[in-house]
Amino acid sequence: MSVLVLLEQRGELKPCALEAATIAGQIAKASGMALNACYIGQSLSDQAESLKGFGIEKVYAYENASLSHYSNDGYVPIVRDLVNELGAKVIIGSSSALGKEFCASVAARLGAELVQDAIGLGWDGGLKATKPLYAGKVISETKITTFPAMASVRPNVISIERNGDGAPELVKRDMPQVSLRTVLKEAAQATAGTIELTEAKVVVSGGRGIGGPENWPVIEDLAKALGAAAGASRAVVDAGWVHHSHQVGQTGKVVSPDIYVACGISGAIQHQAGMRTSKIIVAINKDPEANIFKICDYGIVGDLFEVCPLLAAEVRKVRAS
Amino acid sequence: MKIAVLIKRVPDTASVFAINPDQKSVATDKLKFVMSPYDEHAVEEAIKLKEANGADVVVVSLGPDSAKEVMRTALAMGADEGLLVTGAGTDSLTSKGVAEALAAAVKSIGAELVFAGKQAVDDDASQVAERVAELLEMAHASVVTKFELNGGTAVVNREIEGGSYTLELPLPAVITIEKGINTPRYPTLPNIMKAKKKPIAEKSLADLGLSAEALAPGVVLESLSLPRQNRRNHIIDGDTPARVNELIRLLKEEEKAL
Repeated sequence: MSVLVLLEQRGELKPCALEAATIAGQIAKASGMALNACYIGQSLSDQAESLKGFGIEKVYAYENASLSHYSNDGYVPIVRDLVNELGAKVIIGSSSALGKEFCASVAARLGAELVQDAIGLGWDGGLKATKPLYAGKVISETKITTFPAMASVRPNVISIERNGDGAPELVKRDMPQVSLRTVLKEAAQATAGTIELTEAKVVVSGGRGIGGPENWPVIEDLAKALGAAAGASRAVVDAGWVHHSHQVGQTGKVVSPDIYVACGISGAIQHQAGMRTSKIIVAINKDPEANIFKICDYGIVGDLFEVCPLLAAEVRKVRAS
Repeated sequence: MKIAVLIKRVPDTASVFAINPDQKSVATDKLKFVMSPYDEHAVEEAIKLKEANGADVVVVSLGPDSAKEVMRTALAMGADEGLLVTGAGTDSLTSKGVAEALAAAVKSIGAELVFAGKQAVDDDASQVAERVAELLEMAHASVVTKFELNGGTAVVNREIEGGSYTLELPLPAVITIEKGINTPRYPTLPNIMKAKKKPIAEKSLADLGLSAEALAPGVVLESLSLPRQNRRNHIIDGDTPARVNELIRLLKEEEKAL
């Protein structure tokens, strides 16, 4: 009986893998079970260092260049077999774009119940999960009472915490022969230097208040000053001012940064669905009645074209000093 | 070719939500219901494929009789027929049970291609279509923003954090659809009228060779609540430079976030 954490990698281990390891360690402790980890990718090698301090006993590493990128056909049978071999009772993954697909597929193969996109997990004789429903307007508390039980964790919500520097034992595994039905033809990287929205510690988003695509650089410049990813409301995406990959909201991305700066965004429910779990929300809007002020921590009622450039300049001064 | 599209009737999330006194259900009397937005894109993609290559498009849903409302919408958009899994035992299923029922339904149709929205916006469970694929041993790809069919091979783009994958999948396959892929059409009035005559078949769990006992949920709902809003709601006063400097001070010194 043990807990198994699935470590997501993209060449390197992703922060969400260490977040999952943190919360999986807490569940292992609360339930008195051992914690093991599963790595599938090109090579774990010296990254094993970063797995110290989570209470992981063994990390099972399936290293192979052909599986450097995620593949259902390649990854899912490995985890199914490892879970059965270890008798793992709880399996924790990440609720990233690939992680959700991975966890859903593993759950199906194991006949396991799964809660995706959990914002909190615990143990009480079963796997307890806190999860937003209805675009974040309702929060559910559930308990999975059958085993194995699975959950995936929303990125950026759990703080990575290490306790001591105990290193896991590395167990290298041979790759099973699998025939991949799905062929990866191309893995395209986003433009260099851009920060992925769902992983960013700071997000600056622009709404209808930016007026037109010609003013998008105002948002991008503030984002650059803050080391932030640039997001947008649905209105801005639907108007064709920026690509859909920037959209934060119910039909866009869900982000949980340390600081979310909403510029010229009214704060429609569908937008809130994508940013409600941000730790600090800053709103800049010229309309004092805008809904965004009802859910913000800090608000500036003013013209974003005055506030944003000045804020960018002042942040650069602070950063430089 | 038969294409199945998995769709779901969900509350419009712009509605005001209230929790019933039992703290285990949402008050539905004031909610407006719609087709889950991603499912509209899935229906559109199937109809585009039908127009280009010829296909029978079957919309498949699980739920009470009211699910037919959104199935009619899909039929008015251009789908050919519907299959609703309904009746005893269907209201208490978890995603695992729903997927088993829908997999059996898809199998009964003999669909070679299955589209679904990347998630339904009520429970955001984000797993039913992937489970259907695994249960039917079909290749699958999620969060797809571009879809092409070359003979028996689907070529898709799927978004990942910080990039995208181009994948080739052999049919039969299950594809979940992301928003940017197309613009769903509005049904025209003549097509809405025509849709009323299109068939929607009904099947129970028993018809599909399943039982409610075998699909018993392994998840207990302990409580529902409205999110707490512990926000500071601090509106900063002063002229613009003063407000900007105060904001930076708050983020840096009070929140230690800068």
